[in-house]
Formats: sequence, structure tokens, C-alpha cells
Amino acid sequence: MSTKITAHKEEAHYIYEAPVRLWHWVNAFAIVALCITGYLIGKPFPSVQGEASDHYIMGYVRWIHFASAYILMVGFAGRVYWAFVGNKHARQIFLPPIHKLGFWQGVVHELLWYAFIVPEPKKYEGHNPLAALIMYFVFLWGMVFMILTGLALYGEGTGMDSWQFDYFSSWIIPLFGQSQDVHTWHRLVMWILICFAITHIYAALREDIMSRQSLIGTMISGWRTFKDSRKDD
Amino acid sequence: MHETFYEVMRRQGITRRSFLKYCSLAAAALGLGPSFAPKIAHAMETKPRIPVLWLHGLECTCCSESFIRSAHPLAKDVILSMISLDYDDTIMAAAGDQAEAIIQETIEKYDGNFILAVEGNPPLNEDGMYCIINGKPFVEQLKHTAEHAKAIISWGSCASWGCVQAARPNPTRATPVHKVPGLANKPIIKVPGCPPISEVMTAVITYILTFEKLPALDSQGRPKMFYSQRIHDKCYRRPHFDAGQFVEEFDDEGARKGYCLYKVGCKGPTTYNACASTRWNGGLSFPIQAGHPCIGCSEDGFWDKGSFYERLSNVHGFGIEADADEIGGTAAAVVGGAAAIHAAASTVKRIAQKGDDA
Repeated sequence: MSTKITAHKEEAHYIYEAPVRLWHWVNAFAIVALCITGYLIGKPFPSVQGEASDHYIMGYVRWIHFASAYILMVGFAGRVYWAFVGNKHARQIFLPPIHKLGFWQGVVHELLWYAFIVPEPKKYEGHNPLAALIMYFVFLWGMVFMILTGLALYGEGTGMDSWQFDYFSSWIIPLFGQSQDVHTWHRLVMWILICFAITHIYAALREDIMSRQSLIGTMISGWRTFKDSRKDD
Repeated sequence: MHETFYEVMRRQGITRRSFLKYCSLAAAALGLGPSFAPKIAHAMETKPRIPVLWLHGLECTCCSESFIRSAHPLAKDVILSMISLDYDDTIMAAAGDQAEAIIQETIEKYDGNFILAVEGNPPLNEDGMYCIINGKPFVEQLKHTAEHAKAIISWGSCASWGCVQAARPNPTRATPVHKVPGLANKPIIKVPGCPPISEVMTAVITYILTFEKLPALDSQGRPKMFYSQRIHDKCYRRPHFDAGQFVEEFDDEGARKGYCLYKVGCKGPTTYNACASTRWNGGLSFPIQAGHPCIGCSEDGFWDKGSFYERLSNVHGFGIEADADEIGGTAAAVVGGAAAIHAAASTVKRIAQKGDDA
């Protein structure tokens, strides 16, 4: 693979529509806020002194957590809606073509590229197959899991007869055994999403530098550009 | 026909005035308006006492100990005369064959009309041989009586969830009442706690008696009136939680000032019970008020969640003891480290290629 970008015809494809991009960044900041405040809910800041009425630290931490969670949920609902009405790339992480052989060959090729075995990756308009696979199984279902368990835990505070309790807590808590088990799983999956985020950011940076296509810029402008005009895709 | 409660009470020398006071108290304890006090009084004057068979499986008798301490002295007297406690091997006078004969007698006389109160649970391994009552496995006595009962009350965490004898690895296969295979399909009221609060126990019985129906239960079979809120929701130390004022260690300044016990493992935020509002021993106190974190004794499997003094559960299945943060933190460090190594390898490869190109 040559690292020099030789003269080639610049072909740009419009991949990520504005709602998808907006959702991506809102979601990213919501997740950062949720992970930080979530960690602090389980392991709070060192104790403060003075009158209880002078402070509201846990109150604010929890407020940020719940507010970010609602932003994330509204965003997620909008993103699901956009999967129906948006372009084909808006559907990619919801429906990876796991029934197609070519998709799995693409996954293997991408794994070999990451293992430094094949010299260069293929070109993709949307996500590469490996990315699509992880987006679907880890990120998408991780999000759904966190939204459901999060609402179940929130419903414990809003109490019986609240919609959060009736629609979520009432069946999710017995499903896991008891409240503490739901807390434990909510925290474990937080760590899974943190691992996902580390991998996601690293892969995006690396691909932006080393692959044959634009990555980070695409999630800002929506346009995908390729660094060469060779066929192989 | 059994005597009515009122008759029994008068016979025991309780004045009508005291009786009416009790009715008001019972109405308040059940969260009912003052208008219900006459209804309770009417029920007690006219209704025959409910026959109750109180069985004991694998248990420690803490439920009985709690029950007989029902706070208000009058309430205690009434409760003991309110139900016709036909059989309770811990506190009954009869023993041996005589005692066991009562069970059969109650079944014959009140078939389908008595309450079966179960304290403890049956072990199922070795055909139930780990708990023998009158020469037979307890599970047989339980199934036989359940067949003829109107409803079952599962007293305490043993009968409701399994409790300590069902904790890992549960060698005797101690099984909570609702999970006993082949048990007659009867309504089951779970009154968990180790032990349950005495006023909660007596109020559940008062409710059944007064309204001739079972109290409204939540999705896990617990009476909503006592188990619909967490200790945390009603805790008098909650303002310290919201402020971020915690006991960091048991002998620190925060402990002396009565700060929130969250960081020393309080399970109040995950425990559904009435301790914070009803309290114990006649409203005297409850664990958190005494400066000790709640251990979550009324929750399913509370023995298996790791230390009583840690907020995060022990996650089983990882070979070693580890909580979510230890597992997740390690995973994140491994992924981060792998990314760093991969980045370094990518850089080396790129430099090598540049060398080739040059």
C-alpha cells in the first residue's frame, strides 16, 4: 500500500444525511455524560461536610444522568425513524446482511486487514462489514439494553403507577431477579459500551489515516471521499 | 363455629374502648382512611376467626419471633386471638401425635377455608429428607395442607425467596414455596424479610379478615401496601444522599453525624420494604437509624450478591470474585491497551512502507 495520495479523480458520495450526523454527535456526547455520571452514581465523589441543605451533589449528578438519558432516548427514537425514511445507509447498522456470504467474506477481509495480513482494505461507501457487524451486535443491542434497564431503574424512583414502572420496572426487575441485579447488569453493559467507544474512536482515527476513504470528515459533512480511484471495492 | 374476634377479646378482658382504639390503629396501619375503622370493628364483631395452620420448614423461627412482638400490646393480644391459630409447632401447647392430629382435623373441618402460613421452605434433595416433621419430609406436609387451603402466606425470605439455606450452592435444594413442584395452585402472598416487620405480618392478616379478600399484590406477589417503595425512597437519611454526604468508614465523622450509608454498602436503594416508614420494635428504630447499612434482607437472593458492605454485586461466573467495575475496568484497560499496541504496530508498518517507497 502506498501512503502517498497520487493524483486521482475525486469521487464524493453523500452517505450520512444531516439527521444521522446530528444524532451521532448528540448521542456521543450523551453517552460520555451518561458514563461519567453513571460511574459517579455507583461510586460517588468523596463526602462533603456542612449542612445537607447546602449541597445537592448527588442530586445534580443524577439529574445530569437522567436528562442525558432522555436526550439519548429521544435521539434513538429519531434515529430509528430515520432508518425507515432515510437513505439506504441510514438502515445499515439496523440490518447487517448476515445471511449473505459476501458480507462474511468482507468481515474476514477486514479482520485480515487489521491483523496486518492483507496489504490494503477494500473501499466501502457506508460501514465496512466488520464495523456494521459490531455496530449491530454490540452498539445497537447495547443501546437497547441500556434504555430498557435504565427505564426500569428510573421507574423504581418514579414509583408504582408511573409509566416507567408499569411498562419497564414491573417486568424487567423480576426478569433479572431483583433490583440489584439490574443495577449490576446496567453497569456491566456500561463498560461494554465504553470498550465499544474506545474501539470505535481508535478504528475511526486509524481508518481515516490508513484506509482508502474518508472517515471522520464524513461524519461531519456527510460526504465520503476516496483516496484512490482504483476499482477494487 | 369459631368465636368472633370481639367475643374472644371481651372474654380476655379487653374493654370495648380499647377494642375500638385497636380498630382505628389497624386502619391507620393499613393505610386506610378513618372511615374504615368502623368496618374493621364490624368485621371483628361479626366474623368468625380465620383458622390458620402455621407450618415450619427449614427456617430459624425469626418470623415467629418477629410476629409475637407486634408492637402495640393490644394489637398483639388481638392478633393472637384474631386468627384461630390451630397449629404452630413452635408456640403450641400440644406436641407429638396430638399436635399432628390437629392438622388433619382442621383440613376436615375447614376444607378450602383456612389460611396456610408457611415459615421456612422445603428442601427437595434426597426426597426432602433434610427436613423431617413428625417422621415425614416437610415437603409432603406442605403439599398436603396446601391442597386444602384457601390461600398461602409465605412468611419471610425463606418461604418467599429461599434465603440463607438456598444460598449458593444450596446443597439441600431448599426451594421457596411458590417454586415447589406439584404444589396446589393456590394464591400465594409473599411477605419477605428476614424476618418481616411484625406490624406488616399482622396487618396482612387483618386485611384478609376485614375485607375477606387478599391484599393487592405486586408483580412478584408481595402486598403493594408494604412493598411498593424502596427503603431509600422513605429513608430519613436521604437528604444526605442527595447532598453527597456519605459515611466513608464506620468510625469517621460522617458516621457520627448520621450521613448516608450508601458507600458502606447500604442496600436501601434496591430493597423494597416498609422499614423506613413502619420501623421496628414499636417504631423505635430500624437498621439505618442505628447506623448500619440495610443488607436488603427482603430481596430475592440477598445472600448471593457479595459483601453486605459493598454497593456493587459480586458477579458470578468469572471464576474469581469480581464486581462490575473490576470486570469492566479490566476489559476497558485491555481494549485500550490493545488499541495502543495496534496503533504502534500500524505506525511501524507505515514507517517501514515509507522506507520501501523511498
